[in-house]
Amino acid sequence: MASLGIDVLFKGTNFLRLLQGLWVSIEISLISVVLSILLGLIVGVLMTINNKILHAILKVYLETVRIMPQMVLLFIVYFGTTRVFGWDMSAEASAIFVFTFWGTAEMGDLVRGSIKSIPVIQFESALALGMDKIQTYFYIILPQTVRRLIPLSINLITRMIKTTSLVMMIGIVEVLKVAQQIIEANRKVSPNAAFGVFLVVFLLYFIVCWPISRLATYLEKRWA
Amino acid sequence: MDKDILIEYLPLYKDALFLTLKIGWQGIFLAFLIGLIGSAILHFKVRVLKSIVGVYIEIFRNTPLLVQLFFIYFALPKVGIQITAESCGVLGLGLLGGAYMIETFRSGVEAIPVIQTESAASLGMNQFQILWYVILPQAISISVPGLLANVIFLLKETSVFSTISLMDLMFTAKDLIGMYAKTIECLFLLVVFYLIMLLPISIIGAVVERRMRYGQFGD
Amino acid sequence: MSELLKVTHLHKEFGPNVVLKDINLSVKKGEVVVIIGPSGCGKSTFLRCLNGLEEIQSGVITVDGLPVEAGKRDITKLRQKIGMVFQSYELFPHKTVLENIILAPTKVQKRTREDATREALELLDKVGLVDKKDYYPRQLSGGQKQRVAIVRALLMHPEVILFDEVTAALDPEMVHEVLETMIALAKSGSTMLIVTHEMAFAKAVADRIIFLDKGDIVEETSDVKDFFIQPKTERAQKFLKTFAYE
Repeated sequence: MASLGIDVLFKGTNFLRLLQGLWVSIEISLISVVLSILLGLIVGVLMTINNKILHAILKVYLETVRIMPQMVLLFIVYFGTTRVFGWDMSAEASAIFVFTFWGTAEMGDLVRGSIKSIPVIQFESALALGMDKIQTYFYIILPQTVRRLIPLSINLITRMIKTTSLVMMIGIVEVLKVAQQIIEANRKVSPNAAFGVFLVVFLLYFIVCWPISRLATYLEKRWA
Repeated sequence: MDKDILIEYLPLYKDALFLTLKIGWQGIFLAFLIGLIGSAILHFKVRVLKSIVGVYIEIFRNTPLLVQLFFIYFALPKVGIQITAESCGVLGLGLLGGAYMIETFRSGVEAIPVIQTESAASLGMNQFQILWYVILPQAISISVPGLLANVIFLLKETSVFSTISLMDLMFTAKDLIGMYAKTIECLFLLVVFYLIMLLPISIIGAVVERRMRYGQFGD
Repeated sequence: MSELLKVTHLHKEFGPNVVLKDINLSVKKGEVVVIIGPSGCGKSTFLRCLNGLEEIQSGVITVDGLPVEAGKRDITKLRQKIGMVFQSYELFPHKTVLENIILAPTKVQKRTREDATREALELLDKVGLVDKKDYYPRQLSGGQKQRVAIVRALLMHPEVILFDEVTAALDPEMVHEVLETMIALAKSGSTMLIVTHEMAFAKAVADRIIFLDKGDIVEETSDVKDFFIQPKTERAQKFLKTFAYE
């Protein structure tokens, strides 16, 4: 059998380019995750407030994110906004916008869930000890929610990284796109390169995501 | 928005929806099967197979579907495994979904107290009878909200099928935008058709979850 | 009378904790043996061992001459000879009363549905629950659930039935209905091994009393009346006294 294309990766700067492509995805993910966590905390707290209008708006927001594929959102923002508003958003900015939009909803729901899961008696017993509302929140409620939230937020990072693979569809040159370019450039010399190169991309994603999700699982078990 | 354009494109989107649904449901069915078998293997702690299932779950939960599809569709033929785009979609979705379904079923099974197993055992049932008549019916009904969430997740994931040139909704939208530059109309139809596909399931999911929370057998 | 259940030199431990040490017991057909003792003395574990739900470290348990070994393939055959009723009833929540009762007879013993149903209804009638046959477990009271659980065990025609504190989870006013069912069962000649905290019931139903403490059989007697008036061992005296003051 002819070579399966692993050798192609060691030609010139090919492997380095692949890693740079991967870094593009990771960079977009990290920026989006940080924004999502910050905005998610706010949205999550807003969701616990009893206000009908606020509730309805957030509900529509959450459902939109739940139902629409991220790819559709990406298309709407990247192609649609230029059309409707005449904005010229770069592909990277569109990606970060969409993933933050999505991540904030996910994070907000997690924050709401963990605040709601703290028994009311915890609030009451803190108040009974003479603490005021802010003290209760700060010393009693938040420490308990943060513990629950950390593993879940870490999990969000892996989901974000996996989802960023979609950005090649709006023309961002990330790892998959680089892989395609490498395969294309070596079509003549190494016709089977697709196997080796895509296998390596597969493994790269796994190597990045697996330790992170193990960490999340570990923390979840430890702090359960 | 141009109404004539919408009407003109409608049939194309309809065909795309049917293709998405066809591949989607086949993939989900495969995922369901893998989920049942895999969780049974984990439940019975079958030697060797148990480790294989564990590795499978980790691999498919920690890589994007897009990369899995690329690997199946573009890489495997190089080692002699030819597969059509449609089968690739079904297989990719099934393998990805299976990894999630196993976990869903397993947490359902784990939610059933051990003493239920023991009381079934004390009636002389064997392991398979216990699983089939006592544990699974309870586990599946506990898992229903999780299963529906998986179904929604998987149907959403079908949006990457366009990358292996399956003419799904995404492909159709992209194709039409590229060809005729009717961006707004195309995106509008895209959203509408995804809503048609996913909104009913989402609503069913919400209803079921509420019923699960407040109702039990015997209502 | 023939010997149905025989336990010799049974030894059971959970890690470093010895739960049962060198237990010997023999139960004849038709006998009703009541096991009493303080909480944590190993009574429940003992019953679970008899049904192969717990592995034992050494010793032999036989039913009808056949060895009970946890984890063995033919344990299911043996379990058909040994019924068990649990403290928490453990009816299957997704099945109606009737379905709960006929599940094992039809699936394990391959009896026909009609045959199993007919007998189930007969037995349900005896315990006064025939009108509840299509209810789901959660629609029943604790006492009703426990009587269904007893019928469910009975329909397998076990040679001996183990009762593990079957009234402990019930409200006091429901205890009576369950105990009555069990007394009727004892009178009909069933072989029963009962773990209970109900002393008056023990006195009424037992052919033999076993007093278990710290994993040991401290006292064993067929003079049931005498035992409750004047037990021979000091530990049993102390145990019964605490009950008297309760």
